[in-house]
Amino acid sequence: MESRKSAKKAPQKDKPARNGKLTLCGTTFSVLPLYLFTLAFVLAPLIYMFVLSFMQRGGSWGVEMSLSFDNYLRITEPVYLGTFTESIKLALLCTLFVALLGYPFGYFMARLSPLWRQRVMLLLIVPFWTSSLMRLYGWIIFFRANGTLDHALMGIGLTQGPLRLLYSYPAVVTGMVYALLPFMAYSVYASAEKLDRSLVEASRNLGASALRAFFSVSFPLTMPGLFSGIVLTFIPSMGLFFIADILGGSKVVLVGNLIQEQLMRAHDWPFAAALSVCLMALTSIFLFLYSRLTRALGSGGELEGLV
Amino acid sequence: MSAAELLRLEEITKRFGTTPVLRGVSLSVNAGEFITLLGGSGCGKTTTLRIIAGLEKADSGRVFIAGEEVTHKPPNERNIPMVFQNYALFPHMNVGENIGYSLKLKKRPKKEIRKAVGEALALVRLSGYEHRRPSELSGGQKQRVAMARAIAGRPQAMLLDEPLGALDLQLRREMQLELKRLQEQLGITFIYITHDQEEALTMSDRIAVMREGLFEQLGSASEIYDRPRTAFVARFVGNANILSGAVVDRKPLPEGGECIVFQHPAGRERLLCPAGASCAKAGPSYEQGQKITLAVRSEYMELSPAGKDSSGEDRGLAATVTGKSFAGGQLRITALLKGGGEVTASRHGIDSPLKIGQAVRVSWKCESHAVPVED
Ligand SMILES: Nc1ncnc2c1ncn2[C@@H]1O[C@H](COP(=O)(O)OP(=O)(O)OP(=O)(O)O)[C@@H](O)[C@H]1O
Ligand SMILES: [Mg+2]
Repeated sequence: MESRKSAKKAPQKDKPARNGKLTLCGTTFSVLPLYLFTLAFVLAPLIYMFVLSFMQRGGSWGVEMSLSFDNYLRITEPVYLGTFTESIKLALLCTLFVALLGYPFGYFMARLSPLWRQRVMLLLIVPFWTSSLMRLYGWIIFFRANGTLDHALMGIGLTQGPLRLLYSYPAVVTGMVYALLPFMAYSVYASAEKLDRSLVEASRNLGASALRAFFSVSFPLTMPGLFSGIVLTFIPSMGLFFIADILGGSKVVLVGNLIQEQLMRAHDWPFAAALSVCLMALTSIFLFLYSRLTRALGSGGELEGLV
Repeated sequence: MSAAELLRLEEITKRFGTTPVLRGVSLSVNAGEFITLLGGSGCGKTTTLRIIAGLEKADSGRVFIAGEEVTHKPPNERNIPMVFQNYALFPHMNVGENIGYSLKLKKRPKKEIRKAVGEALALVRLSGYEHRRPSELSGGQKQRVAMARAIAGRPQAMLLDEPLGALDLQLRREMQLELKRLQEQLGITFIYITHDQEEALTMSDRIAVMREGLFEQLGSASEIYDRPRTAFVARFVGNANILSGAVVDRKPLPEGGECIVFQHPAGRERLLCPAGASCAKAGPSYEQGQKITLAVRSEYMELSPAGKDSSGEDRGLAATVTGKSFAGGQLRITALLKGGGEVTASRHGIDSPLKIGQAVRVSWKCESHAVPVED
């Protein structure tokens, strides 16, 4: 009796389910691997790190399970707070330079003929085929005393002796701008490539000079690309410790360097975890403010395939 | 004529790469005129418009707007707004900002801009749509906004590149009337592109039929329709039948002009060339045996059962009916001429007594319906 009843009911129940739950199940199953992956490789380490940040440093490599806010209190010490503000300043400076160089680059790349576009794109990608560390050592040769730059400057008589540019702030900025420029160029390019030329023509036709047409039409419509480029530049430039390490010596200390130092030298994993949590919180706040700003500016808050 | 002239093109040529696209286009447009460039795809209509707007540079030739040479002026100094085929509305601005764009560039006071935007919207019957985004409009509404954006600055002339091309037939017919009304109401000169001959005939004061970068014929709608100069124009505007043959006899008419007997491989038929008609202008008179090409519109074609006509004369071209189709309230009958070549006759009604395969006599309803044209 029971089974017969349920068999009768089943088809009736099935119909709405086919449109609702069944398809939902289908999508759930198809994205399940993605969920598992995220859980295992993103969420779990994050939780681990978060919990770790409340513990204390133990013996030589160990960790003690006494939970407290000590690590976070320690961050408010001027030395560490200074590192944070220093990092933000450097990140802002790098982002500014990257935007100033990368925007025109990406914008004009989109205006090239398809053949030239391909060639320039290749030039952007080729450096990624070698290790980024390798390329940084290239900068060392360029900047170091009596290196390429010094030779060139002394050659044309601009300077007398070596400039000692290596291990200086400008060297770090240069290295970072160099490393992050392609991301900006590419995301601006992606935006500019979609820009409908007839809109620019319409604006010229309605009386706008070339400059006016750029600022009233091209620029607002490529802003999403610029915005996502800024996100792609700002966040990594807070943590690119190896660039600061290699080109800045010990003169430029970023949050990234601090974390690395705590991990590798001081073996204070909990403090490193607390620093990382703060860095993440900082970037999240930045992203949040940023999406607010872009929404206010009317580009819908979407960050061109980001966030 | 030159007092009211608003736009003049002098021998404009243009090539893209090695392909000549315009091969010497000259045009003079009077203030308030509605002139249409009509032609098949790729004949250079858009290129002509873009050269007038300054969005493309001519290789040679000159452009004058309101008596002033603008050949080398940038587009923003020409004040001749264009309605683009895809409308090109700025997606990051609302309807009001789109329409007020040109006025804002001229740094007009805000109040004045708001008033002009309101007026322009009223003209295109979209009052109250100021705050919509272009993405929230239908195709027809976008078209109206594009029109409003162009007329907001009250220009003397406007360029329209197939403005109704993307609309469905019903909406298109409505918008044709509305565009014409606007143009007359505001007295703006329209340079209009279409490849729809019916649209051209209903809206324009003058039509320029373009073919491969040249104006094949420039004239009023009735001139183009009734007296096509070439076989191309006759075929393009109104799908005329083209018949080639020779003059075998001619008689002067008492009131001037002449009556010609036309010999075709499939038979012979008479036509009249009254004095002053374009066919009479082609030469003082036709010679015996001279080759001649005729254009006969399908609605003037008459098919009757083979045999002698009512007066017992043996005339008309021999043919066989090959098909009948009914479309748009008209019956179209196709027939294959003896010795080759197809003709189409159209008439009102649903059916005709003629049967497929039947031998028929092809003639024209009235002797002046056949128009001699150049090849
Ligand atoms: N920027 C360009 N580069 C190369 N060739 C072009 C360019 N613009 C137009 N052409 C060519 O010039 C010819 C005329 O183009 P045009 O756009 O003026 O045609 P059209 O008469 O407007 O046709 P349609 O009715 O299809 O719009 C075409 O053969 C086209 O391929
Ligand atoms: Mg075109």
